[in-house]
Amino acid sequence: MQASINLPADPQLQYLLRIGDTCLILGQRLGEWCGHAPILEEDIALANMALDLIGQARGVLTRAGDQCPQDYDEDQLAFLREERDYFNPTMAELPRGDFAFTVLRNLMLSTWLKLLWERLQDSSDTEIAAIAGKALKEARYHQQHAADWLVRLGDGTEASRRRVEAALATLWPYAAELFAADAVDAAAEAAGLGPSVAALREPWLAEISAVFAEVHLPVPAEGRFRSTGRQGVHSEHMGFILAEMQHLQRAYPGGAW
Amino acid sequence: MSTNTEWPLWEVFVRTKAGLDHKHCGSLHAADPKMALQMARDVYTRRQEGSSVWVVRSDQIVASDPGDKGMLFDPAEDKVYRHPTFYKLPDAVDHM
Repeated sequence: MQASINLPADPQLQYLLRIGDTCLILGQRLGEWCGHAPILEEDIALANMALDLIGQARGVLTRAGDQCPQDYDEDQLAFLREERDYFNPTMAELPRGDFAFTVLRNLMLSTWLKLLWERLQDSSDTEIAAIAGKALKEARYHQQHAADWLVRLGDGTEASRRRVEAALATLWPYAAELFAADAVDAAAEAAGLGPSVAALREPWLAEISAVFAEVHLPVPAEGRFRSTGRQGVHSEHMGFILAEMQHLQRAYPGGAW
Repeated sequence: MSTNTEWPLWEVFVRTKAGLDHKHCGSLHAADPKMALQMARDVYTRRQEGSSVWVVRSDQIVASDPGDKGMLFDPAEDKVYRHPTFYKLPDAVDHM
């Protein structure tokens, strides 16, 4: 059994892990569709997007590992942390749900990531800026893919509309966390590493509202619930997804294929 | 015959790089043009095969009748002079 690694307390490291973990966990959730999507072509599309996200996670986690005194590599960071040391927003870890849920979550998170990558192109960390340049193209495609499907489902049959509305009711409360800036954001902003997530809120709402408007889907009001994944405090689903992801590296340390 | 619950069929053409022609590479079912294009991209260009994709509704393609194959194509068989193989090309001319 491989022991967990310890992370130094470093706001800039946490900033990078928040981004890398969002890609890693969402990528894992999308990968769950492999062999289960409604049609063959979508199966391939979802797996393609999962692989884009895993690729982004690899780049960002490698960079994050460079900043640890122990010089962790991407695999150690991906597979050997305790749950409390993962910093993805809770929305990314929620179970994959039905296709409408996956489409809506992809729309919300790919729009968020796209806005983030756009700004990270100007990062003071040139390696992060380069990763952002590549990831931005992928995120733009993910956003368009999700938006097209949301319009199709929202405008489709009674059943597809009902599923979109149910997905929205479940997911929307988790959106507020995406823009809840804290000391980690402030440190990253001050260092020129990347933007505070607070800056993403307005453009995100504008882009999401534009897609919703196409199918007359009202943008829900913001409630009082706040998820806390970006602080390392996760939903009950996180332990299960980590167990699945970590099992091999824990049981066969350093195993490769 | 397709039933009305089945999405229409689309033919997919991919251009590998600028300057080359779009080549037919397969077909897929999709509900609308956007979806057809998205799926063509995801299914047929995963290994950097493409720089441009066309999709065309299969029922929009006018095809020759296989039964007319002899009438249409066999008469060209003995007209070997139509091939420009009797000319010597200068070395500077590539890709002919």
